[in-house]
Amino acid sequence: MRFTASLAGTLLASSAAFAQEAPKGMPQLDFHNPLTISQVVWLALIFLALYLLLSRWALPQVADVLELRAGTIGRDLEAARAAKAQADAAVAELTSATRAAQAGAQAEIAAAVAAAKQAAGEQAARLNARLEAQLHTAETQIAAARDAAMGALRQVAGETAGVVVTKLTGMVADAPRVEAAVAAAMAARKLSAGAA
Amino acid sequence: MATGGQAIDALGQFELHPVFGPIGASVRFTQSNLMMLIGAALILGLLYFGMRAKAVVPGRLQAMAELCYDGIHGMCINQIGAEGKAFFPFIFTLFFFVLMGNLLGLLPFSFTYTSHIAVTFALAAMVIVIVTGVALRIHGLHFFSYFFPAGAPKLLAPLIVPVEIISYLSRPVSLSIRLFANMVAGHVMFEVFASFIVMMAGAGLIGGVAAIGPLAVNVILVGFELLVAVLQAYVFAILTCIYLHDAVHLH
Repeated sequence: MRFTASLAGTLLASSAAFAQEAPKGMPQLDFHNPLTISQVVWLALIFLALYLLLSRWALPQVADVLELRAGTIGRDLEAARAAKAQADAAVAELTSATRAAQAGAQAEIAAAVAAAKQAAGEQAARLNARLEAQLHTAETQIAAARDAAMGALRQVAGETAGVVVTKLTGMVADAPRVEAAVAAAMAARKLSAGAA
Repeated sequence: MATGGQAIDALGQFELHPVFGPIGASVRFTQSNLMMLIGAALILGLLYFGMRAKAVVPGRLQAMAELCYDGIHGMCINQIGAEGKAFFPFIFTLFFFVLMGNLLGLLPFSFTYTSHIAVTFALAAMVIVIVTGVALRIHGLHFFSYFFPAGAPKLLAPLIVPVEIISYLSRPVSLSIRLFANMVAGHVMFEVFASFIVMMAGAGLIGGVAAIGPLAVNVILVGFELLVAVLQAYVFAILTCIYLHDAVHLH
C-alpha cells in the first residue's frame, strides 16, 4: 500500500506539473466547497439508515436461517445417535440371545448324555445282579450235589470195607472201627463230607 | 478525462457535483451520496434476495449472503472476543459500506466516495468516538490507565503518557488517510495512464501502436485495484475490531 501511495505522490506531482493548473489543488481538500461538508451530512444519514436496517431487519434474518440450520443439523445428529444406540442395543440383545440358546442346547445335550449313561449303568448293574444270583444258585446246587455224593461215598466205603474184612478174615467187622478207619482214610485224602 | 493540449486533469474525477437537478442541488445531494445509496441498496438487496429462500441447503445467492455474514461474524468474535457479538452489526455495516465505496468506484462513470478524506475521516472519527465511548462505559475512569502501561517506571510518566495519548489520537488520522490515499492513488493512476493512451493515440501511427503499453498497464491496474479495494475495506474493519478489543479488554 505504501508503494501505491508513494507512486501516487510522484504521479500527483508530475500530473500537477503537466496540468499547469496546480493552484486548484485536490477537490477533496477544498473545504470551502459546501458540497464537501454536505456530503458528510448525507454520509451520516445514509450510514445510520444502513446500520439500522442491517441490525434490525437484514442481519437477524441471516442469523435465523443459520440458527435454523444449526438446529436441524443438531436434531439430525441427535436422531442418528439415538438410532445408533438402538441398533447397538438390538445387536447386544441378539448376541446375548444367541449365547443363551447355545448354553441351553449345551446343557440339554449334557443332560441327555448323563441320562443315557445312568440308564446304561443301571441296566449293567441289573444284569450283573442277575448273573450273580444265577451263579450263586448254581454253586449252591453244585455244593449240595457234592455233599450228597460225599455222604454216599462214606457209606459205600464203610460197607465195602466191612464186606472185604468179612471175606478176608471171616469175622464180622467191628462197625465203629471200620467207620473210624474210613474217616481217617478220607481225611488223609482230604475228602470229607463237609469240605465241599 | 484528458483535456486538450498536454494537460492531464487527474483530479477532476474527484470533484463533487449535485445530482437530481435543482432538488438535489437545494439539499446538496452529490453523486458521492448517490453512490452511497446505491452501495447500501446493494448490500441490503444481497441480504434480502439471498435470504428470501430461507433454505436449509443454501443456493448461490444465499451462500454468498451467509458467507458475508459468517466472515464478518468470525472476524468480530476472533478479534474482539465473545463481547464482539454486540459490535457485529456495526462492523458489518462499516466493512460493507467501505467495500461498496471501493468496488463501485472501479466501475466506469461512477464515483469513489472513499476517495474523499472528509468521508473517510468522518468514518474514522465515528469509529474512535464509539471505541472511546465503549471503553468509558465498560471501565469508567479506569480507562485512562490505558495511557500509562502497568509496570512502567513512574518517572517516565511525563514522557509515556503524552506519547500514548498522541498514538491514540493518531488512530483516526492513520485509519482515514490510509483508505483515502489508497483510493486516490489508484484512481489517479487510472486517469494518468488513460490520458497517456489518448495522447499517444493522437500522435500518429507509432504512437497509436505504442498506446497498447499504457492500456496494458491499466488492465493490470484494474486487477490490482480490485485487490486494494477489498484489502482496504478489510484493513479498515479489522483495525476497528482491534481498537474495540483494546477498549473492551484494556491491553
